[in-house]
Amino acid sequence: METTLARGAHSAAPPLLQVDSVTLAFGGVRALSGVGFGVQPGSITAVIGPNGAGKTSLFNTISGFYRPTGGSIRFKGQDITRIPAPQRARMGLGRSFQNIALFRGMTVLDNIKLGRHAHLKTNVFDALLYMGRARREEAALRRDIEERIIDFLEIDHIRHAPVSALSYGLQKRVEMARALAMQPEILMLDEPVAGMNREETEDMARFILDVRAEWGVTVLMVEHDMGMVMDLSDHVVVLNFGQVIAQGVPAVVQADPEVGRAYLGSGNVDELRAKLRAAAQPAMAGAA
Amino acid sequence: MDWAYLFEISLTGIASGGLYALAALAFVMVYKATRVVNIAIGEMLMAGGYLFFTFAAMWALPLWLAIPAAVLACGLLGAVIERTMIRPLLGEPPISVFMVTVGLSSVLIGLVEMVWTADQRRLPEFMPSDPIMVGDAFLAPKVFWGAVVAAVFIAAVLLVFRYWRGGVALRATASDQAAAYSVGINVPRVFSLAWVASAMLAAISGIIVGSIGGISSSMGVFGLSVLVVVIVGGLDSVLGALVGGILIGLVEALAGAYLGGEYKLLATFVVLVVILMARPYGLFGTHEIERL
Amino acid sequence: MRIGTLKESYVADAALFDSRTQHAWLAIAAALLLLFPFVASDYWLYMACLVAINVASATGLNILTGYTGLVSLGQAAFMGLGAYTVAILQTRYGTPFLLNLLAGGVVAMLGGIVVGIPSLRVKGLYLAIATIAASFIAHFLFANFQITGGTAGLSLPPARLLGVDLDTSFRLYWLIVPVTLLMLLGAANLFRTRIGRAFIAIRDRDISAEVLGIPLLRYKLLSFGLSSFYAGIAGGLWAYFFRVVTPESFPLSMSIFFLAAIIVGGMGSILGGILGAVFMTMVPELLKLVVDLLPGGAALAVFLSPVRLVVFGALIIGFLVFEPLGLAEIWRRVRRFFHLWPFRN
Repeated sequence: METTLARGAHSAAPPLLQVDSVTLAFGGVRALSGVGFGVQPGSITAVIGPNGAGKTSLFNTISGFYRPTGGSIRFKGQDITRIPAPQRARMGLGRSFQNIALFRGMTVLDNIKLGRHAHLKTNVFDALLYMGRARREEAALRRDIEERIIDFLEIDHIRHAPVSALSYGLQKRVEMARALAMQPEILMLDEPVAGMNREETEDMARFILDVRAEWGVTVLMVEHDMGMVMDLSDHVVVLNFGQVIAQGVPAVVQADPEVGRAYLGSGNVDELRAKLRAAAQPAMAGAA
Repeated sequence: MDWAYLFEISLTGIASGGLYALAALAFVMVYKATRVVNIAIGEMLMAGGYLFFTFAAMWALPLWLAIPAAVLACGLLGAVIERTMIRPLLGEPPISVFMVTVGLSSVLIGLVEMVWTADQRRLPEFMPSDPIMVGDAFLAPKVFWGAVVAAVFIAAVLLVFRYWRGGVALRATASDQAAAYSVGINVPRVFSLAWVASAMLAAISGIIVGSIGGISSSMGVFGLSVLVVVIVGGLDSVLGALVGGILIGLVEALAGAYLGGEYKLLATFVVLVVILMARPYGLFGTHEIERL
Repeated sequence: MRIGTLKESYVADAALFDSRTQHAWLAIAAALLLLFPFVASDYWLYMACLVAINVASATGLNILTGYTGLVSLGQAAFMGLGAYTVAILQTRYGTPFLLNLLAGGVVAMLGGIVVGIPSLRVKGLYLAIATIAASFIAHFLFANFQITGGTAGLSLPPARLLGVDLDTSFRLYWLIVPVTLLMLLGAANLFRTRIGRAFIAIRDRDISAEVLGIPLLRYKLLSFGLSSFYAGIAGGLWAYFFRVVTPESFPLSMSIFFLAAIIVGGMGSILGGILGAVFMTMVPELLKLVVDLLPGGAALAVFLSPVRLVVFGALIIGFLVFEPLGLAEIWRRVRRFFHLWPFRN
């Protein structure tokens, strides 16, 4: 029987990321209602749920793209709910995107270098002159990226290629590289293996585990591939209709009948409606 | 405070605002259907005015022939523009199409100057010239009748978009071309239709505006005020075109009367800046929610 | 990637001109630029100065529109700010020209930031329209204040360098061309650093850029400020070159000219800015030449101005429809052909 002390996680430590009763509404549409969970440092946490459950909205809220209508988000003990997105990136919130958001006007290398932006110091005067501080910083950056990221993700053969010329799988890898360049303490991966074949998925899974082992990075991922979720994660959070309907160790979550119903449907709409209404009551009271 | 004067000026302002609204409608038509910002709207207006001049003054055609001919010819121009410069840029970033319309405005001005020279011309009179009096307030007859025509067309377009299937097709094409295709909407035809309709509305606008102030190769400057109107009203809102038009018409008339003629355009642009800061999507425009 | 160009250090890989052949070409170009004023006629010296000024301004616009993706139709207005600043300082205070040029750049930059602040909250097209508004407001300011000489404008004495008046094209060449080259170098350097990358990211996908750590408003304003700084310097050079500045010197059509220049040359490429500016400056001259050569050319001369408008517009449309990457892309294709040519069959 698996205990909640999952492999690799230090549950005695305070959570690296704490999401508390987060509610997100767009006009009349509630994307998230009273979502709450914690991510332990050094763990791999997966957020799963049927399409439209609010997983990407959750990521976007944590990243700072959306401002939640209620609730709070704490990162490294600090309340970041009001902090703008670029600053969150500087604090160590790294991110990859569901529908590859690489910059098509740049090469692979430049895209990866961009990830480091928030940690660099070159200002516009340094940049115009280039000789001196900018050149040194760029050279150091290049060296660091080559040795630690490009080597690690095995993309040295495409470093100067324009990203638009790459295959889907390679683009996803470059996205990961860019996220790593952000020197993240927590790496948020939005569907890292979407659209990949068996081999590519295994490669990516290996990278994720290596990232955790070698870099000490905490991973929070949205994923649909149940195999990957069950094999990799220490903790699973299940979303449906913007609410957390279950969370815990993979085996427990997998066995939870609620989760089964969320994915497969109970066939009884009234029962589902009643269940949701009941679950929404404490959340609404909390958000009020 | 001379209330009578204020009333008179306001009346003129509202009526000329109706004209702005009509031109703004031409703009919104294209934006609603194709998401294209047509900066050359003022120049298309000018083309309509010059075509009418050619038919009515140079070829001395009777009015009942010249006006429809000019409108149709302008519609044809719209179709040609859409087919040759807009359609090939489908799928390109919106900035590109916008810049094509910038180029288009240059081309149209140049062509007009080549064929008709840069001199200002007068259009033949065709509107009743009895002064319109509202109480003691005087309203220039051309402005009044122009506003009436504008109101008729605005009402017609509002109804069309509300109740005609084609209006819905127009909106569907604008929001998602691929989806529109897949439900059987003939997307290229919708595009052409939108541009033809827009050009025809612009022509009517141009004829009226030309009748009031004459036509010249710098008539396109009218388009700048129209641009402000659509930003104030919302780029994709027909109602916004109406309200925005009246608002800007009022602002310009009041600025012109109380501050001086050269302050008209300045006042309009100040309104633009204020709107951009306060309500960037306009009074009635749809705020697009961008997804990451 | 060029054949036969192996790099052995990361610094070498990042250099602007990285092969022996490129260095050779660079040396030749430098020699030509140095020799040119001594062999060229007055007409060509005049054109060279004009081309250099346009290159400087086009590069500024390229930074904003080509690299950062913010369409601006206000380049001429910012040049006007620079030109008027230089004219006012030179006529009223006789301050040294380098100082005046810098001041012109700074004033234009401030103008750019002022225009940018309200307009950058919304999508790019609103910005373009706001820049048109800015052009008109600038024109209004130039024409209606005493300090700017009203509608008559200002005329200014030549710049003085080490006791020599820069009042001929030959002399001005030695001011304008080096300044332009410095500005080009600065722009090229920019895009080797995080600032330049941030600009491109904003163009390609600005919402993702923010989540990746780039504060959008700050960088958009930076791009605007930098681009209008460039415009201001170009305007200042313009003032010293033409020695007369009026409100009609910087019309909206000039902004369209620069937009056309970067579209034709190739947006988002320093070379594109150069090629486009050269091309667009020379096109009217070419038209003039053609008109002179045609029989009955004198009668056609009156059509020169409208024909120029049509040609400008047609160039913008034509390049956007057929070759959106501009002359720079054509150049790259030609170069690629020659690089591979020794290896064919």
